[in-house]
Amino acid sequence: MAQPFAKKDDDRDEEAEYSPFLGIEKGAVLQEARVFHDPQLDPRRCSQVITKLLYLLNQGETFTKVEATEVFFAVTKLFQSRDIGLRRMVYLMIKEISPSSDEVIMVTSSLMKDMTSRTDVYRANAIRVLCQITDGTLLGQIERYLKQAIVDKNPVVASAALVSGIHILQTNPEIVKRWSNEVQEAVQSRAALVQFHALALLHQIRQNDRLAVSKLVTSLTRGTVRSPLAQCLLVRYASQVIRESANNFQTGERPFYDYLESCLRHKSEMVILEAARAITELSGVTNRELTPAITVLQLFLSSSKPVLRFAAVRTLNKVAMTHPMAVTNCNIDMESLISDQNRSIATLAITTLLKTGNESSVDRLMKQITNFMSDIADEFKIVVVEAIRSLCIKFPLKYRSLMNFLSNILREEGGFEYKKAIVDSIVILIRDIQEAKEIGLLHLCEFIEDCEFTYLSTQILHFLGIEGPKTADPSKFIRYIYNRVHLENATVRACAVTTLAKFGATVDSLKPRIIVLLRRCLFDSDDEVRDRATLYLNTLGADGSVAETDNDVKEFLFDSLDIPLVNLETSLRNYEPSDQPFDINSVPKEIKAQPLAEKKAPGKKPIGLGAPPTAPSAAVDAYDKLLSSIPEFASYGKLFKSSAPVELTEAETEYAVNVVKHIFDHHVLFQYNCTNTIPEQLLENVTVVVDASEAEEFSEVASKPLKSLPYDSPGQTFVAFEKTDGVPAVGKFSNVLKFIVKEVDPTTGEAEEDGVEDEYQLEDLEVVAADYMQKVGVSNFRNAWESMDPEGERVDEYGLGSRESLAEAVNAVVNLLGMQPCEGTEAVPSNSRSHTCLLSGVFIGNVKVLVRLSFGISGQNEVAMKLAVRSEDENVSNTIHEIVASG
Amino acid sequence: MELCPSVKNVLLLDSEGNRIAAKYYCDDWPTNSTKEAFEKAVFTKTQKTNARTEAEIAMIENNVVVYKFVQNLHFFVTGGEDENELILATVVQGFSDAVGILLSTCSRGQVDKREALENLDLILMCLDEIVDGGIILETDPNVIAGKIASQSLDAGGPLSEQTISQALATAREHLTRSLLK
Repeated sequence: MAQPFAKKDDDRDEEAEYSPFLGIEKGAVLQEARVFHDPQLDPRRCSQVITKLLYLLNQGETFTKVEATEVFFAVTKLFQSRDIGLRRMVYLMIKEISPSSDEVIMVTSSLMKDMTSRTDVYRANAIRVLCQITDGTLLGQIERYLKQAIVDKNPVVASAALVSGIHILQTNPEIVKRWSNEVQEAVQSRAALVQFHALALLHQIRQNDRLAVSKLVTSLTRGTVRSPLAQCLLVRYASQVIRESANNFQTGERPFYDYLESCLRHKSEMVILEAARAITELSGVTNRELTPAITVLQLFLSSSKPVLRFAAVRTLNKVAMTHPMAVTNCNIDMESLISDQNRSIATLAITTLLKTGNESSVDRLMKQITNFMSDIADEFKIVVVEAIRSLCIKFPLKYRSLMNFLSNILREEGGFEYKKAIVDSIVILIRDIQEAKEIGLLHLCEFIEDCEFTYLSTQILHFLGIEGPKTADPSKFIRYIYNRVHLENATVRACAVTTLAKFGATVDSLKPRIIVLLRRCLFDSDDEVRDRATLYLNTLGADGSVAETDNDVKEFLFDSLDIPLVNLETSLRNYEPSDQPFDINSVPKEIKAQPLAEKKAPGKKPIGLGAPPTAPSAAVDAYDKLLSSIPEFASYGKLFKSSAPVELTEAETEYAVNVVKHIFDHHVLFQYNCTNTIPEQLLENVTVVVDASEAEEFSEVASKPLKSLPYDSPGQTFVAFEKTDGVPAVGKFSNVLKFIVKEVDPTTGEAEEDGVEDEYQLEDLEVVAADYMQKVGVSNFRNAWESMDPEGERVDEYGLGSRESLAEAVNAVVNLLGMQPCEGTEAVPSNSRSHTCLLSGVFIGNVKVLVRLSFGISGQNEVAMKLAVRSEDENVSNTIHEIVASG
Repeated sequence: MELCPSVKNVLLLDSEGNRIAAKYYCDDWPTNSTKEAFEKAVFTKTQKTNARTEAEIAMIENNVVVYKFVQNLHFFVTGGEDENELILATVVQGFSDAVGILLSTCSRGQVDKREALENLDLILMCLDEIVDGGIILETDPNVIAGKIASQSLDAGGPLSEQTISQALATAREHLTRSLLK
C-alpha cells in the first residue's frame, strides 16, 4: 500500500503516469516531518509534508500510536506560523489523527485563540476541529463561544457551529439543548445553508417532543424557508408528523397535505422530488392525493438529466406496487425509457411497466423486452425475470407467451443466479397454473439437456420426479432423465436415478421399463449411484420377493424428511454402535426459532426450489439428555417439546428463577432454574411449591428438590404433573419458592450450622395450547395441503374484534397457535386489507397439522378471520378450532 | 430515524479506479480493504458510462451512487438507499465543479489527475469544505472554491505570479462574498 502508484506499466505515456507521490514511503515522510521543529518555519515546505502525510492516510496507510503522537506534537508547533494555508493543513491533520484526550489539551488553547480570531476562516475551522476532537469536559469552557458563533453574521462560521452542534448532540445532548434560543434565531437566517443546518439541529433537539416538532413544522410551513435543502428537511419533518398523527384523524383533510402539494410547484427540483416522494409514501394515500405527485414525476421522466429520470422512475416503480392504476398514465413515457442509456433506468422502467400493464399489452411488452434483455447485465435481468413471474401469476391466461419468453432466455448465455431465477420462475408457474405444467416441464427437460450447473440440474430432476408422473403422458420425460445417467457427473446421475424410481413407483405401466433402466445403473462407476439403484430396485420389488407395499414406497420416495437435517446429524453423531438399531423417531423435530439477523439478510423469501430453512436445536438435545439422566423422569418417554425459559422473577432480585416447560405425552414437567444472587446466603433444600388449583386437569406426581444452592451457581429443581394422554390441557400455576437459608461468613465462606426456613413468592406460570405444538415447517405448503385428506378439513370463521393492524392480528393468531409460518406468509404488506397466512406444525401425539388463515380488515379495523385446518387426526383439527375459539 | 440528508462517502478516483482522495463518513466500510472493494465495485460498474455532460446514477450494494467524470478524474458521492438522488447530485456537482475551478487556477491549469495529485492539498480542503461528518456543509462550487482559493492567495507569492484565471477566481470569490452578505 505504500507505493500505490509505483507499479504501473512502463510503456504507458510517462506524462500521464507522473505522480508527485511516486515512490512515497512512510518512514521517509515521517523523517521529513522534522522540518516542523525548525526555528525558522518554511510554510510551503511544511504544507507539502502535511499533504504527503495526509496522502498516506488517505491511501489506507496507518500510523502506529507512537508515530501518530510524534506527528501530532510536531504539528502543534506549526501554530506559530501565521500562514493561512498552512494553518488549514494543520487543522486537517489534527482531525485526521484524532488525538487522545490528554493530547487534545496541547492544542486546546491554540484552537480557542483561533475560535475567537477575527479571521472568519480561522473561526469556522477552529470550531469544527475543536468540536470534533474534544470530549464533554472541555465543552463547558467553549460553550459560550459556540453560542455566539451560531448567530455569527458570517454564514460559514454559523454553519460550522451548527453542524458541530449536530455532532455533539449525539454525545452531549444536555449541553446542546441549552442553545435552543440561538439555534431558533439561526433558523431565520438569510443564508441558505445556515437555515438548513439550524433547522436540522433544532429538530434534533426537539425530536423527542412530538408537540414541539408539530408546532415547529406548522410555523415553518407557513413561513418562507429559502434554502432548498432546508425545504427538503421540512418536507421530511412534515411527513413524519403526518405519520405519527395518522391515528388522530379518520375523516377529512390530511394535515400538511396542502403544504406537500404546494412543494410540488417549488422552483428547485430536489424539493419537488422530495415532496412527490413524501406524497406517494403517505399511508393509505388516495388516488386524488396521488395524482399531482404522479404528474410532476411524469414530467421528470423526460428530463435530460439521468439522475432526475432515475429518481422519478424509481419512485413510480414503488407506487406501482400498491397503486398500479395511478401509474398507467406514465406508460408511454416509460416505454421510451426502455432504450435509456442508463440501464438502471431502463430496468426500472420495464419492471414498472410489467406491474402496470394490462392483459392486452403483455404481448407487445414482451417483444420490447426481448430486444432489451440481450444488452443488460445479469443483475438487471434477474429483476426483469422476477417481474415477469408476478405478471404471469396476475394474468394466468398469458402463460403461453410468458413461458415461451422464459424458456428462450433460459437458452441464452447467463450466470448461475440468473438461470436460477428463471428456473425458479418456471417452477412457480408450473405449480400455480395447471395448464402450464406440461409445457413448463418440457422446457425444463430441454434445459437440463445442456445445463452447466449441477445444482440446477439436480433441483430440476427432483422437481420432475414429483410433477412428471402426474402429467398425462409421463413416459415422454423418461428419455431426458435417463440421458442424465449417461452424460452427467455423479451428483446429477444419482439424482436422475432417484427421479427414475419415483416415476416407477407412481406410474405402474412404466414400472417394468424403469426397472430395466435402473438395473443398468448398477454398473455405474460411482458408489452413490450404484447404492441408490440397488436401494430403489429393492423398494420397487424388482426381484419379486420383498416388495414393499405401495404406500410405503411412495412415502419413502416422496415424503420429505420431517426432521431437520441438523438434528439428524447430531443424533447420528451421538449414536454409538450397539445392538440397538438407530431409531429415527428419537430425533427431535423441533426447529428452533431462527436468529432475526439471518432472516433479514438478503431480504428475499425462500421461494421456488429453496427448501425451508432448518436450524439447529442444540437446546432440545441438551434438555433431552438432562432429563433422561434423572431416574424419576426417565420413564416419561420421549420429550415432545421444551419451551423457551420463562422468567418468574423481576430482573435483579435476590433470587432469579426461570422455568422451562417440558411436554411429554402423559406428563408436563417444570424445570425451575434458580440462581442465588446474595453472596452472604446459602440456600438448602430448595423446592417450588406449586398451586395447581386453577389447572384442574393436572395432578402433581413428583418433585425433585435442589439440595443446595450456593451464591451465583445456578441449580435446578423439578416438579412433574400428570395429565390425560395426548390432551392439550391448559392451566395456570402459582409458584412459591421454599428453602432453608443459612448465613455465610463472607470472610471464610463457611455457612452457619442452623438455617431458617423461608419462602419467596414467584410469578404465575401458564401452560398454553402453543406448548403442545412443535414448530415444524413444510417445504411446499400447497403439496402438503393437498396430500392431506380434504374430508377431515375443518373450516370456521371468527371475528377478532378491533385490532391495531392486520399484521398485529396475524401475529396474535400465529403466537396463539405456536405454529411455524410457511413461505414467508407471516409478513403482512403494509396497506393491505386482506392476507392469507399458512402455518404448519406437529401437535402432541405426533400429529401433523396444517392451517390456512385468511384475514380481512374493515375500515374500522375490525378483523375477521377464516380458519381452515387439515390434519392427520380430525380430533386435532377440532382442537385447533377450540384453541382459537377460546383464545 | 435519521431524517437529515446524509452522505456516506465522497470519492475521487482516477480513470483506472485508483483512489486519489476519499472520505468515508459512516461505518459501512470499516477497513481499508472493504473501502477498496467498494471503490472497485463502483468503478467497474460505472467506467463504461458517459457521465461527462450530466451526472449519472447507479445503485451499488443498496446505496445510491451519483457520479460525474471530468477528464481522467472520476467523482462519486454515495448516499443511503432512500436518499434524495438530487441532493446527492448537487453534492457531486459541487465537488467536481469546485475542483475544476481550483485546478484551473494552478500552474498548468489542467483539470486532470496529474494536476489533482500535484495540488492534493486543495482537493483535501475541498472535501473538508463540502461535507462534515456526513452532513452537507456547502454545495455551491464557487463558494467552496472561494473559501480555499482566498487563503492560498493570501499566502501565495507576489501578485505577478498569479495567472489570469487566478485573478478571475479572486474576483468571483469577492462577488460571491458580497452576494452572501
